[in-house]
Parts: sequence; structure tokens; C-alpha cells
Amino acid sequence: MTQTVDVQAAANAFLARTEEHLVSYLEACVHCGMCADACHFHEASGDPRHTPAYKLFPMAKAYRSQKFPYNLLAPKITEKDLKEWEELLFDTCTMCGRCTTVCPMGIDIASIVGQARQAFVAAGLGPDDLMQAAQNSKDHGSALNVTPERFSDRLEWLEDENEIPIPVDKEKADILLTISSIETMKYPDSIVAMAKILNHAGVSWTTSTKGYEATNFGYLAGRGDIAKIMVNRIVEAAEACGAKTVVIPECGHAYGVLRWGAANMIGRALPFEVLHISEFMAKLKREGKLKLTPVKESITYHDPCQISRRGGATEEARYLLDGFAEDFREMTPTGNLNWCCGGGGGVQAIGRTADLRHKVFKIKIDQVEKTGASTLVSSCSNCRLTMDESKEALHWGGGLGSLVELVADHLIEDEAPVEAAE
Amino acid sequence: MTLLDFARGIGMEIALSIFALGVLWRLFSLLLLPWSKERSVKRADAPSSLVAGTQGFFRHMWPAQTSASMFVTINGYVFHIGLAIVVFGFAQHILFIKGLFGLTWPGIPSTFINIVAVITLASLVAALVRRISNPVTRLLSGFNDYFSWTVTALPVLTGLLAVGHYIEPYETILALHILSVELLLIWFPFGKLMHAFLVFLTRSETGIFYSRRGVDI
Repeated sequence: MTQTVDVQAAANAFLARTEEHLVSYLEACVHCGMCADACHFHEASGDPRHTPAYKLFPMAKAYRSQKFPYNLLAPKITEKDLKEWEELLFDTCTMCGRCTTVCPMGIDIASIVGQARQAFVAAGLGPDDLMQAAQNSKDHGSALNVTPERFSDRLEWLEDENEIPIPVDKEKADILLTISSIETMKYPDSIVAMAKILNHAGVSWTTSTKGYEATNFGYLAGRGDIAKIMVNRIVEAAEACGAKTVVIPECGHAYGVLRWGAANMIGRALPFEVLHISEFMAKLKREGKLKLTPVKESITYHDPCQISRRGGATEEARYLLDGFAEDFREMTPTGNLNWCCGGGGGVQAIGRTADLRHKVFKIKIDQVEKTGASTLVSSCSNCRLTMDESKEALHWGGGLGSLVELVADHLIEDEAPVEAAE
Repeated sequence: MTLLDFARGIGMEIALSIFALGVLWRLFSLLLLPWSKERSVKRADAPSSLVAGTQGFFRHMWPAQTSASMFVTINGYVFHIGLAIVVFGFAQHILFIKGLFGLTWPGIPSTFINIVAVITLASLVAALVRRISNPVTRLLSGFNDYFSWTVTALPVLTGLLAVGHYIEPYETILALHILSVELLLIWFPFGKLMHAFLVFLTRSETGIFYSRRGVDI
């Protein structure tokens, strides 16, 4: 089927997003190519087209073709440009921000890609499966069609199965726990783990059928309208129960969007604090509310990009693991320079990227094997799903785990919370 | 009026005017664009924007390195510093600048300047060779990149030819040297050379962006 591409709509959308910092970024690139070596897609494929700076070309072209005096000479953006770059902007960028760390001009390419995707969608482009995931979020509540009814049924089943209270729609609560549909459908043990930890801490908490989906596919798919709807659902649910804190589950972009982007989307400061579950657990540890038995097996930690490099919670996971994981081994590079899993930014939801993602995972396998750790633990279910799929495809024998499940499995349930942690 | 008279006189005045007005126009047209309002709550221990922006600028002076990027970083420093030494350290340049603006400062011995100029030119050639031979930079590069390289390298080359009296008459090569500088000044605001000003914006804005999130990159 021939796809109708509205080139002018894309050009207009590009131009509408030309705020000062974006244009500075577009104009300042000296094409040194250093970002290529920082990008996991370029590292895995060796394809020069996967160079992060190259991904900015259509936006720069659209800007120049509409701004005097460049427009006197600069060529206009074409349908061919948009079709070629659709793959580059959606399939080969996880918006992980690793390229920023090596850029001598300090250009933050990830923030431009997020904006550029919206222009591609305005033109009628974008991978079908990613677009459908965003539409499902709007129409049914989540990308994986977890409707409010299905959500509460699922939690009720988990509650019965695990004999653990998982409150839904409590009238008043201090904490609203949001959940990723990846956890609801694929990793329900993570939901149980979060419930165990929240109950262990003795805090007042709830989930809400009004705003439960943490993962924001509107943002990932370049659908600003849906991104805002998803944010508003959580904001309204938190306001309805008077929550002072919204806890984001193990999902990287969910944290990035709600913690750093949501207030800008809805045009006002959020009326609550946003904590990723790793930050929340670290807070409990600081307050002496987390008593754990030590983990004996060797583990290493994969920093989800949106939580560490672009989220600022890099040290929280390490604080949590310090003294808890007795044989903790860091990968090289790690922390803010860690290699991305290859599935962030919605890439996981794009079926045609599978082979490329598996190639990217080889970087991670190499990193993990160099540590000799038996299990790779992450705090993002999307990273985990990406790595689980590649592990199976590549027949890798290493272990994969979740930080929140690791903590929940080592809770000392019978003791009262200890006074203070170091 | 000889070619040298033109280059030293009206030619330089035109080039400097285009440079100054062009840079101002570029900067104002950027700074007058809409600025996004940041409404998220920054980390409690995040520094002020002034501190974060300054930190961001200096942090990217030596960005995180991959094995392949080390050459680019070091070579970049070689020709940037080399150009600064040659432009602002050569006694004849200082005299010329004094004639234009009345400012002066002590010069550096010409033998040293000559060595630096040769190293700078070699470094620029190395940058060009990499740009052409590396598949990534070859893909990224267009007219703007190559022309910006040309207008940067030409004054160094013509300067060396003039100082060494390799081309006679001296007045002609000196005039060509000054004209090549004027070409650089005229092109500067409109092409990639503008990065010399934009770097202050991009690095500091990224510094502020990450710093308020509590990220140290």
C-alpha cells in the first residue's frame, strides 16, 4: 500500500518546534562524527547512517528551507527524505543520550529526536506497531490493551495468588503506585514485589483505575496529544486520592516523561513528587524502613538510560545495592556512560527492529561476561523485555533479573523497620 | 589602488563589517526565538543555572572518550590552539590589529610562530583527510563543512607562503593572505565557523538541562 506523506505538515511541525535550544543544537553541529562511536546502533551495525548527528538532518533541512536567508539557496525537505529518515529516527534511536556525553559541542541529540518524531507523525509517518501502541494507550488505557477492568482483575488475581494486599482505588492514600503494562502482562512478579515493599514500609498507598499506566507510548510514538492524555490520567488519579508521591515502576521512559517532561506537557508544576521505584527503595533504606538479607550471588547492574544518564538516579540503585549485594560487579562502562539495551524509546515495540536489537545486545553480553557476574539486574521492565528477547534469540545463558524483585525476595518480613541506615 | 591597498583598506572594512553584523544577526535571530519554559522541579542539590551552565561548558572541553574519538579531540585542540597562537601571537598580526582597533600586546618569536603554523596546517590537513576517509564524517559532510575548512586553511597556507617569501612579488602574496582572511571573516557568520560562538550556548544549555536532573555528564 502506498503511504500518503504530507511533507508540508512535517515542515510546519518542524518549524513549530524551533525553540532556541533546538535551533542552537541544529546549527552548532560541526559534523565531527564523534557521536557515532557512542551510539549502540552504530556500534552494532557499523552503518554510518546510524550516526546520531545524521539523524538530525531532516530537522536541520526543514529549518533552513524555511528561514531567511537560507531559504534562498537551501533545498526543501522532500518525501524521499522523510521516508528515509523515518527508520533512522524511530528504529535506530532510543533517545538514550549517550551521544551527548561525547559531543564536543554538548549537543543533546535525544531531545531533538523526540521533537522530530512528532513532525514525522504529522506527515503521516511512523512505524505501524508503535503508532498502534500509542493509539491503544489512548483508547484502552495501555499499549497492551490493559483496560481499567482488566487491570483491576489482574491485581485481584495477583492479590489472591500471592496472599498480599494490593489496594486499588483507595479513597485516600499518600502514595499512588503506577504500573507498566509490560509488568502487568509479562512480569507480574514485579507488581507483587512492589506491593510487598510498600506494605513492608507501612506506608499508605494505592493503585488507581483512573491512572495506572506508567509507560507513555504517546511520547515514544511522537503523539504529543496522547502523551498529554496519559500524563493527565495519572495527575487526576493522584489528585483524586490526595497522593503526595507518585511511584514509577521499573520503566525508564515512564520515569523520564513523568519526572521531567510531564509538567511541561500539562503547563503547570505537578502537585506531587515523582519517584522511580529505585529512588523510593533507596529512600526507605535511608529512613531505616528496609531490612534485607544479603544477596550472595554475583550480580551486575544495567543502568536504564532514562533513569540514570537522563534521569539522575544513577547513584540511588548503587546506594541500594551497597551492602545488600555482597558480590556486586560494575560493568565497563557503567553508570551515566552505560550502553543502552537497544529497546528504549519505543524501539522495543517496533517489530522490524528485532535483528538490530539482538546485535546491540551482544555489546551487553560482552560487558556482562567481562564482569563474570551470574545475573544482570535492571530496574526497567522495557530493558528487561528487550534483553529477555535477545537472550532467547542469541541462546545466551546469563541470568537476567529485576532490582525490585531482588529486593522483595530478600525482605525480612518479620522484623520491625530498623531505625536508620548508613 | 593596488590589490594590497584594497585588501588592507576597504576590503578589510567590508569583511569586518559583514563579520560583526553577521555574527550579531545570527546570535539575535537565535536568542529571539521562543525559549521553552521548564516547569519540572529540579533536584534539591542542583546548582544555579549560571553555575550549571559554566560547568557544562567546561565539562565538554574534554567530553567522554571512545578509542576512536581520541584523535579527533586531540587534533581538534592542536589546530584550534595553533590558530589562536598564530593569529594573536604573530608580531605583524598584532601590529595590524593595533592599526585597526588600537589594541596591542607582546608578540611571540616568529620562529616559534612558523613552527606552530606548520603544525596547525598539518593538523588541518589531517582533519580533512579524516573527514574524507572516515565513512561517518564523509556521510555527514557537505559544502558547508568543506568550504569552512578551506577558508580556515587558506590564511594559514598563504601566511606561511608570505612569511617564507615563497612567492614573488611579496605584495601579491601578502594581499592574497589578507584577502583569504577576509573571505574567512565574511563566511564566518553564515557557515560552520559560527560554532565558535554557538558552543557557548549549546554546552551551557546542555549543562543546565542535565544538572537540574542531577546528572553529571
